[in-house]
Amino acid sequence: MANINEKIESAVKENKVMIFMKGNRSFPQCGFSAATVAIFEQLGVPFATADVLSDPELRDAVKRYSNWPTIPQVYIDGKFVGGCDIIRELHETGELEPMVKAALGAPAHQ
Amino acid sequence: MDPKEIETMIARGIPDARVEVRDYTGGGDHFEAIVVSPSFEGKSLIERHQLVYQALGDAMRVQVHALTLKTLTPAQHQNRR
Repeated sequence: MANINEKIESAVKENKVMIFMKGNRSFPQCGFSAATVAIFEQLGVPFATADVLSDPELRDAVKRYSNWPTIPQVYIDGKFVGGCDIIRELHETGELEPMVKAALGAPAHQ
Repeated sequence: MDPKEIETMIARGIPDARVEVRDYTGGGDHFEAIVVSPSFEGKSLIERHQLVYQALGDAMRVQVHALTLKTLTPAQHQNRR
């Protein structure tokens, strides 16, 4: 079985927008995860999610991976962008959409 | 956890910061913090939040379930009023 960090790395590389969250996009299990997903739904862009509640090892590993203590965590184009507050702020200032669009327009990672 | 304790911890970690924390559910584990500091100048949002999380250390992992953060430079804080 692949090492958990490799699993995280391939998830953030394969998905231009990758969200580690509590629950899934239809049934978020935390208000902050729900708010984060709602922003990307509103942008109407494709994104993938991973549920840390169903995988405690992933939950710990992703916090170490980004050196960030909270969930949700959003990665755009393989790069950690932030948690709920930062995504909300980037959305309010209009910076998020161009960032996502640029990532989606970029060629896929090999 | 008392919001005042969180204020003290953040202020200890970022000595030039003005910190205001409130408990927004009254349950002692969901907080909202506004941190204003000249140290945030030139730093990205991630770097600013990291500074606050570092100041909170283990409390962030153990006692605090959720912390809504606003990190502002003094100039940004002025503009918000």
